[in-house]
Amino acid sequence: MAAKEEQSGTAGHSWHAIVQETLKRNQVRLVTYVPDRVLTPLIRALHEDMDFTAFATTREEEALGILTGAWMGGMRGVLLMQTSGFATLANVLASLAVPYQIPLIMIVSERGTLGEFNLGQAMVCRTMRPVLQSLGIEHHTITRIDELEFILDRSIKQAIATQSPACLILSPLLTGGKTFSQ
Amino acid sequence: MPPNQPKVLNRFDITKRLVALLRNDEAVVGGIGNTNFDLWAAGRRPQNFYMLGSMGLAIPIALGVALAQPKRRVVALEGDGSLLMQLGALATIATLQPKNLIIVVMDNRAYQITGSQPTASAFGTDFVAIARGAGIQQSDWALDEASFEQLTARALAEEGPSFIAARIDDEPAVATTERDPAQLRDRFMRGLGVKE
Repeated sequence: MAAKEEQSGTAGHSWHAIVQETLKRNQVRLVTYVPDRVLTPLIRALHEDMDFTAFATTREEEALGILTGAWMGGMRGVLLMQTSGFATLANVLASLAVPYQIPLIMIVSERGTLGEFNLGQAMVCRTMRPVLQSLGIEHHTITRIDELEFILDRSIKQAIATQSPACLILSPLLTGGKTFSQ
Repeated sequence: MPPNQPKVLNRFDITKRLVALLRNDEAVVGGIGNTNFDLWAAGRRPQNFYMLGSMGLAIPIALGVALAQPKRRVVALEGDGSLLMQLGALATIATLQPKNLIIVVMDNRAYQITGSQPTASAFGTDFVAIARGAGIQQSDWALDEASFEQLTARALAEEGPSFIAARIDDEPAVATTERDPAQLRDRFMRGLGVKE
């Protein structure tokens, strides 16, 4: 546990505080999400921060549509979800975000690996990177807290500059993930 | 069944009536297929967005525009089959209560473009009852052309969100939207003043 706490950091330097600060610095203001246990501290912090408009949607596709409209209206946003939620997105990535050149920022809390207890989560996790690969979507798996800010900040900037979606996968190595006891 | 048995309207006709009521560069988001094609045929406006694919997302896209530009009215044009695919969006909208969002559903009780298979509304599903149940209080059936215009004018003038459903016939769309997503997106952003 000590190693995990060191990796996750203390308040102010935790992975979720870094994500919050980096989103803010890049004027990413709209947060749509489908809840996830691991993302809970980030979601809570974004709700409490008046600089963000954060709300849950009923499906990840819906969240993607909202962010697409917001981008076209001049507002930057981010979609938070877990691995199984990403798996529902292939059609709307292929028909909306990619061809319409939307710099959609996706943050995925990775389940299905490094201690997964649910076979379904383990199976669906294996579809995520092949989908991203086949759609040509820039994606990075973040495992280290000292690389988090750099990868997230640069990925947001690149997505906007190149008008392309980007996906950041938060590994259990970064977040601690979800384990049997939880 | 909707009360008072709304008159069966024509999609292209009421789309033209809706566009004629727009005076303030309102944004209009057309869903896939015929709602979008008839919006295209009703006259090119830089504030129109035409969705190709991503069935069910016209209402979420319109919500996103409405959140980004709270001073602009935003209209989503959606079909019955598409709405059924993303019914949860109505609950999200009811939660957020965006004052500038108007949802128009064209209900021909069929998945017309794929071979006219019946939708749930052919068997009695009432979209206005669903929208009210979700928590969008200003939800009404258009009873005839004049009623559609009155409801639309009210929705454009008063605070929303508003939901208007129209029973429509099975006439096919009168044109087909140009399929160039990047250009459609770019024009829309310029129409909204996001790009110069």
